[in-house]
Amino acid sequence: MSEFVGDWHALLVLLLAGFLPNEVWRVMGLWLGAGIDEGSELLVWVRSVATAILAGVIAQILVQPPGALASVPDWLRYAAVFAGCAAFLATRRSTLAGVLCGELFMLTGKWWFG
Amino acid sequence: MALPALDSPTWQNPVRAFAWGMWSVTSTVLTLVLFATYLGIGALAHDSHFSLGWALASTGLVWAGPAQIILISTLGSGATLLQAAVAVTLSAIRLLPMVVSVLPSVRSPGTKRRHLILVTHFIAVTLWVECVRLLPQVPRGHRITFTHGLGCGLMSVCLVATGLGYGLAARLPQLFAAAILLLTPLAFLLSTARNCRQLSDVLALVLGLALFPLVSMLHTGVDILISGVSAGTIAYAVHWWRDRQ
Repeated sequence: MSEFVGDWHALLVLLLAGFLPNEVWRVMGLWLGAGIDEGSELLVWVRSVATAILAGVIAQILVQPPGALASVPDWLRYAAVFAGCAAFLATRRSTLAGVLCGELFMLTGKWWFG
Repeated sequence: MALPALDSPTWQNPVRAFAWGMWSVTSTVLTLVLFATYLGIGALAHDSHFSLGWALASTGLVWAGPAQIILISTLGSGATLLQAAVAVTLSAIRLLPMVVSVLPSVRSPGTKRRHLILVTHFIAVTLWVECVRLLPQVPRGHRITFTHGLGCGLMSVCLVATGLGYGLAARLPQLFAAAILLLTPLAFLLSTARNCRQLSDVLALVLGLALFPLVSMLHTGVDILISGVSAGTIAYAVHWWRDRQ
């Protein structure tokens, strides 16, 4: 059991640096959101900002790749994403087809060029 | 998978409504992506010398992939508690607009805030995207139960993946790990594109992608926020200007 939990100090750090910083924003959204009308202009803006922040995180992973993804050359990462987008559009917006095509492109490219 | 019709009597049974929510995790490729992402998070936790219990607790309590990766890698590389907390907080601000945009479509006129606490905890990118897609097919009075089911379903998948990734960590080859990491941008990009309903959504996505690499050259430490808020605001301004025409 003690091996499963590890040391209690690490769990306290998880609560203070992991759980609370996330939950604060969720609960703030709960307080603000209760008074907001679904079709309101503020909500259109909020959705735009949330979408753009997610797009930024996506760009960040591609431009400054973490860990093992950094072993894939820049051009191959970008080409794989373009291949995925092309398959997505060609299949009338199938997410699965796009993801599979992008992955296959990256794996084939990495295998081909080493 | 198709949900029952809006006026179907099966919705009246809360167990069935919860089960439909839970079962809905099988209807999206994002579940596969989450599974793969959390395999990676489990592996990362193992390699950073956290316990299996800690890794599982981080999935259940933090419940946000990017925040977990930031937390594990900052703490693992010896950052202080304060530094890790600030980095995680910055990555978590994006949850606020998600909660604000999901909750109005979940609640009914009589809903109290306390009924929404668990729904609020479950909200992260995937649940947000899936709620936009699925909630219009769910009768309004049963959306909280349905969302609880959806959240429990997604979290179960992620807990299994975290545990599995933790166990597989020692044997994960580099190519496989790179493929897992590439799944995240691909799937989130395409599923967001699929859910674009109006011009402002498309513009926010495209501008957000384009602005981040430019803003990141400034090395502000809050690049994601600067690029996201400006791209989102420009997209909204274009939408507002076109509505006025």
